[in-house]
Amino acid sequence: MTRVRVQEADFDISTEVAALRADNPKVGAVACFVGTVRDLNEGNTVQAMELEHYPGMTEKALEAIAGQARDRWPGSDVLIVHRVGKLLPLDQIVLVATTAVHRGEAFESCAFVMDYLKTQAPFWKKEKTEHGEKWVDARESDDAARARWDPESKKGAGA
Amino acid sequence: MKVELRFFAGVREALGVANESVEVPDGVASVGDVRAWLRTRGGAWAETLAEGRSLRMACNHEMTDPSRRITDGCEVAFFPPVTGG
Repeated sequence: MTRVRVQEADFDISTEVAALRADNPKVGAVACFVGTVRDLNEGNTVQAMELEHYPGMTEKALEAIAGQARDRWPGSDVLIVHRVGKLLPLDQIVLVATTAVHRGEAFESCAFVMDYLKTQAPFWKKEKTEHGEKWVDARESDDAARARWDPESKKGAGA
Repeated sequence: MKVELRFFAGVREALGVANESVEVPDGVASVGDVRAWLRTRGGAWAETLAEGRSLRMACNHEMTDPSRRITDGCEVAFFPPVTGG
């Protein structure tokens, strides 16, 4: 089962993980990633951040990513919770939790989901700094991170 | 053909519009054609949707390349490269 949520509210990682692996004794590993708001980005002090998304497409994109991860690591499960709206430094932004029989699959699935989310899911961050408001630029390193999962990739991560 | 346009983030701000229903002229058959047709409005449209600009496109909630054929009533979105996570 795939679980995907986009919400303004904060999340509690313990509650989320407990729900994800409830009643499934086949799970032997849980990997979690939490993205948080930094107070410094590219030399500027970040006072606040606004997260915009594309309602309707976002959920579909996240479902598709989670589905790909489940296909790639059979028996694994994926939870994605992504926040939108106004966030402050220290706030949690995103949670990706993956379960599997063994740790290798759980770690890989978690990294896979984040690498795809960074480049495929329609979210945009706008930072408020002492110099005003600015949309965050996408990073080429994120595209490279996603590309390492391609079957033809020489690095072959997760292959 | 009718198309529902959606714009997000920096693109939405530059154009000053979030969504718009348009009737596209004959010959506008793909997502890339829609982008080119919108550029003919000039001003911010020509600049923001210019060929060299790094833009992402979606059709009916799926990320797509410019060659994707549009259909009557479809939703076409233009936005900057995504920055979530």
